[in-house]
Amino acid sequence: MFELPSGAEIQSIVATLQSNVGFFIPEIYLSLLFMFLILLDLVVKGRKNNILPITTLVGLAGTLFFIYQQHALKAGELFFGMYVLDEFALFFKYFFVLSGMLAVIVTMADEQFDREVKSMGEYYALIVSMVIGMIMMASSADLMMIFLSMELVSFTAYILTGYFKRSPRSSEAALKYLVYGAVSSGLMVYGFSLIYGLTAETNIVKIGAELAASNPNSLVMIFATLLILAGFGYKIGAVPFHFWSPDVYEGAPTPITAYLSVASKAAGFALLMRFFFVAVPHGGVPIENKLSIDWKTLLIFISIASMIYGNVVALWQKNVKRLLAYSSIAHAGYLLLGIIVIDKFGTQATLFYLLSYFLMNFGAFYVVTLIANKTGSENLDDYRGLGKKMPLAGAALTVFLISLVGLPPTLGFIGKLMIFSALLAKGSLYIWLALIGVMTSVISLYYYMLIPLNMYLRESNMHDDKEMNPGILAQALMAVLMILTLYFGLFFTPLADFAKYSSAIFGAVLH
Amino acid sequence: MEQLTPIGLNHYLTISAFLLGFGLFAVMTRKNAIVVLMGVELILNAANINFLAFSKYNGGMAGVMFVLFIIVIAAAEAAIALAIVINIFKIFKSVDVSSIDTLKE
Repeated sequence: MFELPSGAEIQSIVATLQSNVGFFIPEIYLSLLFMFLILLDLVVKGRKNNILPITTLVGLAGTLFFIYQQHALKAGELFFGMYVLDEFALFFKYFFVLSGMLAVIVTMADEQFDREVKSMGEYYALIVSMVIGMIMMASSADLMMIFLSMELVSFTAYILTGYFKRSPRSSEAALKYLVYGAVSSGLMVYGFSLIYGLTAETNIVKIGAELAASNPNSLVMIFATLLILAGFGYKIGAVPFHFWSPDVYEGAPTPITAYLSVASKAAGFALLMRFFFVAVPHGGVPIENKLSIDWKTLLIFISIASMIYGNVVALWQKNVKRLLAYSSIAHAGYLLLGIIVIDKFGTQATLFYLLSYFLMNFGAFYVVTLIANKTGSENLDDYRGLGKKMPLAGAALTVFLISLVGLPPTLGFIGKLMIFSALLAKGSLYIWLALIGVMTSVISLYYYMLIPLNMYLRESNMHDDKEMNPGILAQALMAVLMILTLYFGLFFTPLADFAKYSSAIFGAVLH
Repeated sequence: MEQLTPIGLNHYLTISAFLLGFGLFAVMTRKNAIVVLMGVELILNAANINFLAFSKYNGGMAGVMFVLFIIVIAAAEAAIALAIVINIFKIFKSVDVSSIDTLKE
């Protein structure tokens, strides 16, 4: 059944591999950085030492250079259809490297690590390995690569979530994350096996062509679709695959919570968009095409459920990290709105929204970390009177929360505006979706504004009006993030242009 | 003597569907974290049988390669999972998933 390749064929395979390595330089560089960090950890000891995080930062910044060089390369498939290099993948490469850098910076600021762990060990190396995994998730064009890169991200995330080994909350979060993650990725692989059975292909471009040409059994197709959506939905943290996220976000170390809620979610969206746009056939005769109908309808329901559930349940939260976890479920719903319109503008809007989510969510978690350093608490009640004690932190957190609600003049407003206008441009069915989006944003206003309300208008129980200073560097970074959120809210054209440039997905025909 | 039906694709698919069902059943009903992880292994092996069967009947090599990688991933997953479960046991003195619930609304 399987013949051995001839000598000439082996020669050509080796030649392809050699020529394609040039397209793979950032990933190779990051892998080397990962190994170097593990070795460096043996030499450098102690938490107080800043050599490891600074090496990581410099190393990740170096990656940006290699990614920038890739703009000159031609978009296309690499390694026999396993991997893809296109503008869409480049966007996410920048995104993940930058979020890795921010995760390192937030870690350096977090004093909880001093209390919980003796040495940082392989922590930074694991952050780099997660960057590699997410970059590969955004660039995979084959079911096997999708599965492998997703598992690389998941495994690293389990370990990082449970990094506070002696803390019950952190360990419990790791266990819950592990159980949900393992089950949903197992289901996803079962769905992949059904798709492979129907099409005899593992490359998503070929799967798309095969599914469009043949008319597969709709029952099997629905089953496979649901199973695969379980895997993707778990990564993006959308209802009904969200059960892990509040517990994990609350229990994990705060920098990892920020990292998971921004980068890991974005990786899930990158994967979902590539798979949904390329492997699932669209257009043609939509009524007869069972798979296309099901994906879109399912995504619409998931999106509505996420927006309503995330925003409503967040109303009762007392822990700020848990509150932000529910808000991130809701944001997964908003991001899905940009995907279901299946056109260029919708893709651009989703990418832009991811950028704005990156700034405002990392900013919010950074301030939460700084406040927890000083007060030792993430409870909403302990935020009372903080506006006077930490003026800059209070102002910055308020800006990030206004941006998360989606009010002008912040970046979050432009993001929501683009998503909703992409919906409205498509016609009547989508007006209802946009309406639900706006209504749930109004609900979200209440719980987001509880935090500034506590900070500014309610008096602290402890009557010491001493100012708390989180340190000059931390304040500078906080100010930079706040100013960027405001600046890009007014002058958003460069980001919007970049998102438009990045909406070219290899193998997808969008209008 | 009656002829037995030759084993075909649908036999493999039936077995794998049963395995998937058993795996999901274990995940949903069992309280012990280790048994839940065993359920996950069953789900992964159900996918493995599917891939091998389809690979045999489609005549491609991709399914076989996929299975090799799934086996490796499952081993890595077991290693990480057991490390986390051992840590849980050290802290909570139990691996019962329903009794580990310090994180709540």
